[in-house]
Amino acid sequence: MDGVIGFFADLGPNLQLLLDRSPQIIEGVRVTVLATVLGALLALLIAFVFGIAQLSKAAVVRWVARIFVEFFRGTSLVVQLFWLFFVLPQLPYPLGFRLDPLLVAVLALGLNYGAYAAEVVRGSINSVPKGQYEALSALSISPARGMVRVIIPQAWALMIPSLSNLWIQLLKGSAIVGSITLYDLFFQVEQVRDRTGTWFAYLFALLAYFLIAWVIVVIMNALEVRAKHSIGRGPALREAWRSLFRPPGGKTAEGGLA
Amino acid sequence: MPENTPHLEFRDVTKSFGDNTVLNDLNFTVGTGERVTLIGPSGSGKTTILRLVMTLEELTGGYIDLGGNPLQYEERGGRRMRVPDRQRRRTTQQVGMVFQHFNLFPNMTVMENIVEAPIHVMGLKKAEAEAKAEALLDKVGMAWKKDARPSQLSGGQQQRVAIARALAMDPEVLLLDEVTSALDPELVGEVLAVLQDIAAETDISMLIVTHEMQFARDVSDRVMMFDQGSIVEEGEPDKIFSDPSHQRTQDFLRAVL
Amino acid sequence: MSSWWSWEHAIGALPTLLDGFKITLLATVLGTLIALVLGLIVAIIRRSAPSIVSAPVTGVVEFVRMTPLVVQLVFANLVLSPYVDSTLAIGIWVLGIHYTTYMAEVYRAGIDAVPTGQWEAATALSLPRSRTWRAVIVPQAIRNTLPALGNYAISMFKETPFFFVIYIPEMVRNAQTYGGDTFRYTEAITLAGLIFLAASYPTSLLIRRLEKKLA
Repeated sequence: MDGVIGFFADLGPNLQLLLDRSPQIIEGVRVTVLATVLGALLALLIAFVFGIAQLSKAAVVRWVARIFVEFFRGTSLVVQLFWLFFVLPQLPYPLGFRLDPLLVAVLALGLNYGAYAAEVVRGSINSVPKGQYEALSALSISPARGMVRVIIPQAWALMIPSLSNLWIQLLKGSAIVGSITLYDLFFQVEQVRDRTGTWFAYLFALLAYFLIAWVIVVIMNALEVRAKHSIGRGPALREAWRSLFRPPGGKTAEGGLA
Repeated sequence: MPENTPHLEFRDVTKSFGDNTVLNDLNFTVGTGERVTLIGPSGSGKTTILRLVMTLEELTGGYIDLGGNPLQYEERGGRRMRVPDRQRRRTTQQVGMVFQHFNLFPNMTVMENIVEAPIHVMGLKKAEAEAKAEALLDKVGMAWKKDARPSQLSGGQQQRVAIARALAMDPEVLLLDEVTSALDPELVGEVLAVLQDIAAETDISMLIVTHEMQFARDVSDRVMMFDQGSIVEEGEPDKIFSDPSHQRTQDFLRAVL
Repeated sequence: MSSWWSWEHAIGALPTLLDGFKITLLATVLGTLIALVLGLIVAIIRRSAPSIVSAPVTGVVEFVRMTPLVVQLVFANLVLSPYVDSTLAIGIWVLGIHYTTYMAEVYRAGIDAVPTGQWEAATALSLPRSRTWRAVIVPQAIRNTLPALGNYAISMFKETPFFFVIYIPEMVRNAQTYGGDTFRYTEAITLAGLIFLAASYPTSLLIRRLEKKLA
């Protein structure tokens, strides 16, 4: 049956169908969550390495980091994904291996969004008040130690909102991995589409992704509250838990993934 | 170090920010254990002088020596050469600074703020460093807050902790950059009292920039009046404050006192 | 195959890549226009309309923003293709609406950055609200937001390859197709990536220079 009435009439049977298919759906969710979490961890690592490298005293280190970041920001995620999956196996001897689809997905997501996150890390470290750097200098604390003990803890609180937005972008980007034979949530939902009809299937998919995104938001909000509290600029998590459930705002003002 | 080697020596020091020359061919010395206060209108270069000693700014020209050791640049074979970073850090370890805006590390407790550099720069054991920190905190009257975070302290309390933090490094020279200017008036007194105690009980050389004229009178051995990057007048506090010879000094003191 | 890179194939792939690039460019320009206009409208609604209107708008905007573009593309295409001939048109509209959600946030930040004194002056002069928006607030807000808007346009440019899921022949899909036909993916996909880089990097440098000038 078509149309809005059809949608509601079929709701019952559709939900039943979903329940029958739940092992596959859950498997799809598992794959999406796995790719999203592993991709985010890789991205975070890359962000710190290449974000901090751009602040190095050695010009060569700065340039290499800059080139890396601009390269992975400037080429598109889809290109990177397809390159790793289709082109890598075709390359000559040292490189011609075929990677597992999950690995390809994690690499592409991590490299692409890690490059964007590197800019966030670099910007936050620069935003730490200059007085902190001066105090470190006055106490003769070495730059490395100062970075770890004083600067990064403060920069961390500043960078969380932007990282949160990037993580959600990463989640959204993960929806294309079906095309490299990684059978994620979107893929699994499309499998049931023939039986349930278009509207039910895709609204379900959108809702599922929305819920996962919301979990990410709550986690990052919690991290932000904790970080702000540890530098004395906010209440403890116990008191502020109600604020966790707001969507992230604000920081998109510096402009997306360009 | 022989008796008459100055502790801190400025030789032909020039500092420019782009086109703006703040200090030009400045020469002066500070003796061991001497307390010198720099006074003068804003923009006269007083804070720049402190920042140069702390190597927070680069010398454009000239030399600064600390206890005979070159601070930023030195003469080697007739040429002006940059002192390598590691050597710089060793020399600047003898210098401590207290800032107008305290600059305590917000993610650490008071105790952690104070022991960080002694443990990781001077190589003290944790127990040693903490004992030292407790003694200093006692001195500045903040021992009861040793586990507090800076955000839980008032401005005056934070500044007293900052003083303890600077002293924990056993500096030979202490730079005080308008340390009470950011404080509410009722909190100024407690900080000045602490500084007076330190002046009385140690022989750390001090270079002080302040607007607190009574404090300058009480603590200084010498006062230098600056204007537009040069020393206009210098002498003992009583002389400068009660009977300044130079017109600029008279104008400045009249406006400020 | 002895050689891993064949210039023959590189040149052979180029025409189809450039054809696709035209589509990519078209989609970016039109999508950005849609997002710029709708984004402003949404921002104004969220700021000025009574909450019975702005709350559902916010809800929908957040829902679209936090769900994958790819899912939205496929969904819209399946629902609309009986009625709309051009898949490209559907793709461009979905892309535009998706980015509307970002632009609305950018405008909000830009509007918030206009000093409240401006509002107060307008009230003191008894300017009607619509006039205040049009002549005083919006011009200043746009100035605040130009760099961010530029960055999102570039971002959209790099997300057009998501169109492959609804079979629009933009550049990366054409690269895929070439690879699928000839079993030579290397040249096509690598070139596609380099073309993206060549287009987006200088543009983002320009935006950064613009940002410094406006700061």
